[in-house]
Amino acid sequence: MSKHLENVSRRGFLKTAGVTSGLILAAPMLSNHVMAAARGEEELVSSGYLAIKPDGTAHVFVHRVEMGQGSRTGLPQVVADELEADWGRLHIEAAFGDKARFGDQNTDGSTSIRKFYDAFRQAGAAARMMIEQAAANEWGVSVSDVEAKKHRVINKITGKSEDFSKFVVAASKLEVPKDVQLKKKADRTFIGKPQRNIYMKQILTGGTQFGQDTIRPNMVFAVAARPPVVGGKVTSYDKAAAMAVDGVLDVVELPALEMPALFKPVGGVAVVASNTWAAMKGREALNAQFEDGANASYDSAEYEKQLWKSIDGDSVTHMKRGDVDAALEGASKTYSADYYVPHQHHIPMEPPAATAEWNGDDLKMWVCCQDPTSVQETVAAFVGKKPEEIYVEATLLGGAFGRKSKPDFAVEAALVAKAVGRPVKMVWSREDDVRHGYYHTVAAQRVNVGVKDGKVTAWKHKAAYPSIGATFNPAADQPGAFELGLGLLDMPFDTANMQVDTGKAPAHVRIGWMRSVANIQQAFAVGSMVDEIAQGEGKNTADMWMELIGFDRKINPSVDLVKQPGAPRDPQYSNYGESLERHPVDTARLKAVLDKVVQMSGYGKDMPKGKGIGISVHRSFVSYVACAAEVEVTDGELKVTNAWMAVDCGVAVNPDRVKAQMEGAVLFGMSIAMHGEITAKDGAIVEGNFDGYPVCRMSECPPVETAIIESDAVPGGVGEPGVPPVAPAITNAIFAATGKRIRRLPIKDQLST
Amino acid sequence: MASIKLNGQRVSVDAAPDTPLLWVIRDHLNLTGTKFGCGVASCGACTILVDGEPMRSCQFRLEDAEGVEISTIEGQEDSAFKNVQAAWRELDVVQCGYCQSGQVMAAAALIRSNPKPTDEDIDEALNGNLCRCGTYQRIRAAVHLAAEKMEA
Repeated sequence: MSKHLENVSRRGFLKTAGVTSGLILAAPMLSNHVMAAARGEEELVSSGYLAIKPDGTAHVFVHRVEMGQGSRTGLPQVVADELEADWGRLHIEAAFGDKARFGDQNTDGSTSIRKFYDAFRQAGAAARMMIEQAAANEWGVSVSDVEAKKHRVINKITGKSEDFSKFVVAASKLEVPKDVQLKKKADRTFIGKPQRNIYMKQILTGGTQFGQDTIRPNMVFAVAARPPVVGGKVTSYDKAAAMAVDGVLDVVELPALEMPALFKPVGGVAVVASNTWAAMKGREALNAQFEDGANASYDSAEYEKQLWKSIDGDSVTHMKRGDVDAALEGASKTYSADYYVPHQHHIPMEPPAATAEWNGDDLKMWVCCQDPTSVQETVAAFVGKKPEEIYVEATLLGGAFGRKSKPDFAVEAALVAKAVGRPVKMVWSREDDVRHGYYHTVAAQRVNVGVKDGKVTAWKHKAAYPSIGATFNPAADQPGAFELGLGLLDMPFDTANMQVDTGKAPAHVRIGWMRSVANIQQAFAVGSMVDEIAQGEGKNTADMWMELIGFDRKINPSVDLVKQPGAPRDPQYSNYGESLERHPVDTARLKAVLDKVVQMSGYGKDMPKGKGIGISVHRSFVSYVACAAEVEVTDGELKVTNAWMAVDCGVAVNPDRVKAQMEGAVLFGMSIAMHGEITAKDGAIVEGNFDGYPVCRMSECPPVETAIIESDAVPGGVGEPGVPPVAPAITNAIFAATGKRIRRLPIKDQLST
Repeated sequence: MASIKLNGQRVSVDAAPDTPLLWVIRDHLNLTGTKFGCGVASCGACTILVDGEPMRSCQFRLEDAEGVEISTIEGQEDSAFKNVQAAWRELDVVQCGYCQSGQVMAAAALIRSNPKPTDEDIDEALNGNLCRCGTYQRIRAAVHLAAEKMEA
């Protein structure tokens, strides 16, 4: 992989960047993910993250979106550190969709820092070196006699210093250094230090621009009546009644959804009005009727029975070590448990919204999307344009958690705006969001464990849940390796006999990824079973984990994977798109975070009646997180009274944001554990708002204490890895407090019966 | 044409009388600091002040707004609000920020009426303000900090 950086100022980059002259740097994408997309070398160098103006202002192009995870603050920290910048002289540009220039912009999978840390460091370091060289030339000294510090260059011989701005133009004429000298850890100025959210001022004054907040001249507002069942079609609607509502301007039919669902809109009828309220009233008046189609039989209670039948039925084996059936046969004691996690929904505080503006044949869009390039690609197919011909700006996102990486709602805006000939903001109501989601799957799992001579000798794990793959390919009718790799194929156990199987589970709603994805149900089953074995064997659960994990080592999960019939090559553990060299599965790091929460929480100490502490630990998105939760159960009422998180995410670029993400993950995990359940009846989603799909409120929030393990490892994910260990820590704590084992989520009122 | 008093100024609005103030404020008056989160008074993102009291603007109709003083986040400038903003900055409370308009409106209203709120007071006053990012712990701490700043 080339580490070459190229000065592209002579290639017309200046003009497109909106900077008239100065130093522009394009860093190559040092990303496996991007490499995997098989780009050519020429394209790799055509992206730019940093442009320094002659006045010294450093424009940082952050191509990743901001949804609360902190990318728009963290990535500038990385570049500013290497640049030796003055934070106040950064100008942070929220980059629009441009795959050719920026590479991967899909802000999910906890990738922004882990995939772009190197590229942003190199961009900053190269610019610093060029400015230092220009200063040395100007002063007639060796480059080793000058040093950049906080937007100034110091002449170490004379002690005098000058602002970066004095050297920018000269530096822009230099070759970009081929070997970039990165700073030493001790010299870091921003990496590893807390940095405040760059949007704080706007947020606290109401001046933010979220997707729902877009305003364009002459803009009108739209809402849509959509088929309640995925794949359903409009059969009738009363256009005249809708048009009769004061403020309604037009009614536009949307194209029916042809399967597979992909990111396409689901169809229906849009009502356009002079304000959102009028559009909503118009939608009521429409009285749209639908034909439900093939998914109309989907019923959550019936479907659960089907999943358990699949668990009892035929299996596809994905991972196999030793002979698990023989080991179970020969065990002196066995454990068997069934775990169930229902559909979940992202329910970000900001419902989806997109604004489209046509100017002749030009299309501009403002979308609260996780990936502006995916908006370009998805919309392009519906409007007969090339993706790169559509200008898409990712607004701020009022939360997303995976929902806004599916731009179905953006297509609606583009089509309606085209039809009415005015800029249109397509507003999703909360009910639209809850009833037309890309749901986290519904999962049944059975775990069978064998113990002989006090040692776990067998772990057999079977999972049946609709796959995210079904959203893209209807033939995908059971969990895929890409999902099992999130916590099952990489179970870090030194157990002689292990097997991971799947059973059939066709999808009847759009299945999507939600914060931490299949880790949610898989870490719940694994984390619960470890606790169950510990209780059964009369051991402390922390000791049980340590015994199962075994000695310090780096695991290669690929060695036990089973090649499927007809597969072109041996299966490889996906490791969240990273190499095992860069991001190993390191049992020592896993054990260290567990040790840390045990220490922080005092796990193992005597607790008063009705109180208990539970623990769990999980590696995901190449980071390691352990959670300890303390609960109190009084007359069947559950209260989480404390939570402790220990995280090893490698270098923590913005430690306070890492803590914030862990605090948020506790609440997200609590909502899954205690409340989250999306159900379907006659193919339609039953819940519609926060009353039917509650998430945790202030009064439920426990004090959360977070420890970040000091690490020099390359950065791992942060946004998602906090979530998986939370639910099992809570249910294990409930067992410790009450002796009641929770094997199905949500907990809801299970403790009162 | 209705007329309402918003952020100290009288403004005219051409909207149906049953239109919730939320949409009047956002769509007609282009003040987008007041957020749309649920439409059913379940999340608090649309919190405004009506005669100084926090209200859900998604449930307050234009026809009921005659004779009352309405203020939104854009119109806040008293010391309670400034101290809330300062505390929020100091503790870097926000994540995505979407619910925070409502949170700071509710928090400032709390410390105006209760200069020394306890954790329980805060939980009660802000329980209607959802935050999916889970910033509650920092909000709680920031309300205490804002109250301290009021005393200083």
